[in-house]
Amino acid sequence: MIGFPILSLITFLPILGMFIILALPKEQPKNVKYLTLAITAIQVVLAIILLANYNYSAAGIYDEKSFQFIEKFRWINITGISWLGTVKIDYFMGVDGLSTPMVLLTALISFIATLSSWTIEKSVKGYFALFLLLDAGMMGVFVALDFFLFYIFWELMLLPMYFLIGIWGGPRKEYAAIKFFIYTLFGSVFILLVMIGLYFSATELMQDGARVHTFNMLALMNPANYSPDGILSALNPNNLRLIAYIALFAGFAIKIPMFPFHTWLPDAHVEAPTPISVILAGVLLKMGTYGILRISYPMFPDITRQLMWYIALFGMINIIYGALVALAQKDFKKLIAYSSVSHMGYVLLGMASLTTVGINGAIFQMFNHGTITAMLFLIVGVIYDRTHTRGLNDFGGLATQMPVYTGFVTVAFFAAIGLPSMSGFVSEALVFLGAFGVELIRVLTMISTLGILLGAGYMLWTLQRIFFGPLNEKWASLKDLDGREYAMFIPLTIIIIFLGVYPSGMLNIMNTSVNSLVSFVTTTIHSTSLGGL
Amino acid sequence: MNESLIVNLSIIILFLPLLGFVTLIFLGKWIKKLHLFEVFILGLALILSIVVMYAKLSFYNVKDIVAAFTWISMGNAPAIGSINIELGIKIDNITAIMLVVVNLISFLVHMFSIEYMRGDKRYTRYFAYLGVFTFSMLGIVLTHNFLMMYIYWELVGLSSYLLIGFWFEKKSASDAAKKAFIVNRIGDIGMFIGILILFTQYKTFTFDVIFQQIGLGNLPFNSTAWLTAAGILIFMGAVGKSAQFPLHVWLPDAMEGPTPVSALIHAATMVAAGVYLCVRIFVMLTADAMLVIAVVGAFTSLIAATIALTQNDIKKVLAYSTVSQLGYMVMSVGVGAYTFAFFHLVTHAFFKACLFLGSGSVIHAMHHEQDIRNMGGLRKKLPITYYTFLISTVAISGVPFTSGFLSKDGILAGTLAFGKLTSHWLIPAMGFLVAAMTAFYMFRLVILTFHGEPRDHHKYEHAHESPFVMVAPLVVLATLSIFIWYTPNPFAPADGWFLKNWVKTPAQVTPVQTRFEFMKPSTEEAKAEVHGEITHSVEYTETMHWAHYPAMILSLIVAGLGILIAFMFYQWKKISADKLAEKLKTLYKLSLNKWYLDEIYDATAVSGTLGFGSILAWFDNKIVDGIVNGSAHVTQLVSKFSNLFDTYVVDGFVNFTAFFSGFVGLSFRRLQTGKVQTYIIFVVFSIIILLLIFKPF
Repeated sequence: MIGFPILSLITFLPILGMFIILALPKEQPKNVKYLTLAITAIQVVLAIILLANYNYSAAGIYDEKSFQFIEKFRWINITGISWLGTVKIDYFMGVDGLSTPMVLLTALISFIATLSSWTIEKSVKGYFALFLLLDAGMMGVFVALDFFLFYIFWELMLLPMYFLIGIWGGPRKEYAAIKFFIYTLFGSVFILLVMIGLYFSATELMQDGARVHTFNMLALMNPANYSPDGILSALNPNNLRLIAYIALFAGFAIKIPMFPFHTWLPDAHVEAPTPISVILAGVLLKMGTYGILRISYPMFPDITRQLMWYIALFGMINIIYGALVALAQKDFKKLIAYSSVSHMGYVLLGMASLTTVGINGAIFQMFNHGTITAMLFLIVGVIYDRTHTRGLNDFGGLATQMPVYTGFVTVAFFAAIGLPSMSGFVSEALVFLGAFGVELIRVLTMISTLGILLGAGYMLWTLQRIFFGPLNEKWASLKDLDGREYAMFIPLTIIIIFLGVYPSGMLNIMNTSVNSLVSFVTTTIHSTSLGGL
Repeated sequence: MNESLIVNLSIIILFLPLLGFVTLIFLGKWIKKLHLFEVFILGLALILSIVVMYAKLSFYNVKDIVAAFTWISMGNAPAIGSINIELGIKIDNITAIMLVVVNLISFLVHMFSIEYMRGDKRYTRYFAYLGVFTFSMLGIVLTHNFLMMYIYWELVGLSSYLLIGFWFEKKSASDAAKKAFIVNRIGDIGMFIGILILFTQYKTFTFDVIFQQIGLGNLPFNSTAWLTAAGILIFMGAVGKSAQFPLHVWLPDAMEGPTPVSALIHAATMVAAGVYLCVRIFVMLTADAMLVIAVVGAFTSLIAATIALTQNDIKKVLAYSTVSQLGYMVMSVGVGAYTFAFFHLVTHAFFKACLFLGSGSVIHAMHHEQDIRNMGGLRKKLPITYYTFLISTVAISGVPFTSGFLSKDGILAGTLAFGKLTSHWLIPAMGFLVAAMTAFYMFRLVILTFHGEPRDHHKYEHAHESPFVMVAPLVVLATLSIFIWYTPNPFAPADGWFLKNWVKTPAQVTPVQTRFEFMKPSTEEAKAEVHGEITHSVEYTETMHWAHYPAMILSLIVAGLGILIAFMFYQWKKISADKLAEKLKTLYKLSLNKWYLDEIYDATAVSGTLGFGSILAWFDNKIVDGIVNGSAHVTQLVSKFSNLFDTYVVDGFVNFTAFFSGFVGLSFRRLQTGKVQTYIIFVVFSIIILLLIFKPF
């Protein structure tokens, strides 16, 4: 363990940066940019320190003792409010194999997105202040272990996102921003309701022997903490656990985004500036699946087992539907957005398997999708910056004009297709291996494999339309990548290939936790009266 | 030489071409003539692989050398147990031979390309791609498990994609590259599902462990049907990669790539990977799976041969001939002639590479002319190319004293035996028919290209023999098409060292009841089978002996007939090809247009998928998003309505109450005048009214 509160630091450093930026004079946009870059760079360093001190054999998930870098103290403590009793909210942070990959991803993508934000000219101060607030919100979601704290961060990241799309976005930015905001808020309401329901259904044993209601996620996972009359307690014959699960799932599913809640995504992506698309696809979408794994699964293991077929079904729909719709797109960015829908389907499918292999694959896919799709959106950004068009049929023959760029594009596209030797292959293969092993969802898995065919279809078609063929004379003066763009692409390329060749580098981080999660979700019994579940 | 040295050498051989690729990609821009480094590396790999082959075949002839490490470990998974995914290499005899075949052809193609590709603007990149291809192909050859097979399988797909689309400025080239990758992916999905089945049951990808488990009676999901399914699904990978019907359509298009690439990838090595895969999984194929494989192979070889009859592009003829020959090999696996399938793979690799490089030499000489109708008479201009091309043609036609005769004859004997033992006579019938057609269209090609009078005098005048680095590979490959490398007796392939000492049919592991009758061990052999000695019954061996001479005589007759007809048509002009084409117009059109398969696929699968995609995109935009936007509109409407309700009803009621009390107040205010007289009048009137109402009197 290290001697300083690393998780608080990595989370709140951007907020500190935000205040400094707000204090800086408006006339020095360069300083604002360098400051943001420095802060995100420190975040990356902190993430590396965290990884260097990480204990690979600690499980976490439901066991507080095996969480790492824990920071926990009583944050809000109000005693004796009439019928409410004691209101207790903890400031509780910690990481395990589920959240560590996400922390690494967030730090990395924030850094890359900062580089990509260099071209922002419009009210630079405001942009980077909001950007850092967003960064803090994302990081907080992944390290919070108190449901209330989690919810605060969850909502915290909404607000800057709204403004970043709504002010710095494209022509239909207001529509896209409002759609994103309201859609996500709509989901948040469900999460809030379930959170409150859980709060009143369970109690936590304090050191003084008293039992008080709690938002502590780990306490909420323990069936023994539920009181018989709690509305979300399995002991209560009239409980609403199934409905609550579906509501909570819907709240998270909007973020993934899962069919049919996905339509905000293409709009948000098309209108958002490149770095925000990168953040959106690279990190934000993962919050949905992370939430399901962190909250829905261990708090409702009984319902999860009941509904796994449906989760797999939606995973399959995402994969196939997203790919088919992507095939019909004429806008480069929209195509990538729909490919995201398709690729997040693999995460759902892997999660639905409830096996070590499948869930390892799902989390690994979350990370890989983060790096690969971030790269894809950067690619769109590079070409859009130069040509101000995204029409797939407006290009042609760019490979001769921009050979280095084409090289990176080829790497990213083939990574997205799931070519072996790149990280996406390993995670997709693990998802399929895990899901196919479960008889219940075997047929769904077999249908889902069509996704790798369709993926090759739309990606290679895109590659051909933009880069191959004779050079479109309109673009005869395009310049190849500059130094800053190299700096964005090279780290991502290295990570994608490194994890493709040596996936254990990431899988070992999550493995112990995933085993613990799987055994917890598959064996925890939530009620004696409903033992059959 | 010990085992670990062989392992280390093999790993070096595997990674050498990758080193070449990385060096060329990153340094090619700065260092001149770096392609020579890649050629040198391949030469080194070739020498090392000859060493490995020699060591393996002489010192470890019957022992497989295996080395593996854990790639992914998932600890102790709940309800499953420990999961470890291994990567590793396995060197048995066929691996050792394949190492040399791949490296030799790759080296010769590299050499050939130095001249052929000179002046190309992406010259160095071309050699880099050849390097990554060779690396991937060697990976397929060396792997000891299905996962790694799949990994390298996809990587050769990538290199094939890059090389077919090497001249991506041409739309046809990038189309062909895309088509090759996607069509291959269809097969790969099947292969992947097959691998999923095996992994689900055995929690490993390793060939030997899986085969051992099957041998112990541990079947996938405890059912022979799933075992058959796994075999056929994995075979689908071969259908894609080895261009078998119905996925063969990508290979002829792949000729858009540079000709040396066609020789290396799309004739000799990569497309043979499918056959190599079939050979690898041979031991777990049930009778049903084998029959499927045999039928697919036979049908492919027939359909491709019929198309090859009428093609006019020199490379297209060779491409369809490749498809046809690959069908032969696949069919051979299906009928249980394991050794001949592999044998034909090797012999075909040499003479087909020679034919393709020869065609490259011709195209080079003719300044990128590929239509044989514009050639003719080139024999005098390109003597070395001509003679090497002729030797290879003789070999592929199955004329005695060539390697092709040995391997083809073995396959035909195998089909004949199969026909006799199982009564599936159609398969040998197709086999012999294809042999006749092969001889015909190959000699048609030779005659039209090299014999007779030149038809394009301008191009003919400028044609000249290719330089040394181009003809030397032709000579080497043509030499390898002679029988002597494989057997001392040109009429008995089975007596040669190749089949006698090097390549032997492995023992089947499938449950006895799922095998063909002829692959079940007889009682006295049952014991021996436990030791993995025998896979075929005595009856099969006898039938093979019976089939040997009839097959040989028949194949000689059909080949001779094919060659004779080709001469009648094109050399001596005794029969007019055009008139015959006119007479059999429908058939001719069908053959010329490749049975319209591309058109059919475009109209169904491709348009269907794209159309479905468009419909879903519309659905997504109008319906799914429509509901979202609709609910937003509904919310807005409701809020407008509630706004109106609020303004006019709720607030209206409040205002009305106020208004009403005000009105009433105003109205009654007038009554309060403050004058006593008025009040007295009100009182008097009130009393009068009350009296009138109640009438107390």
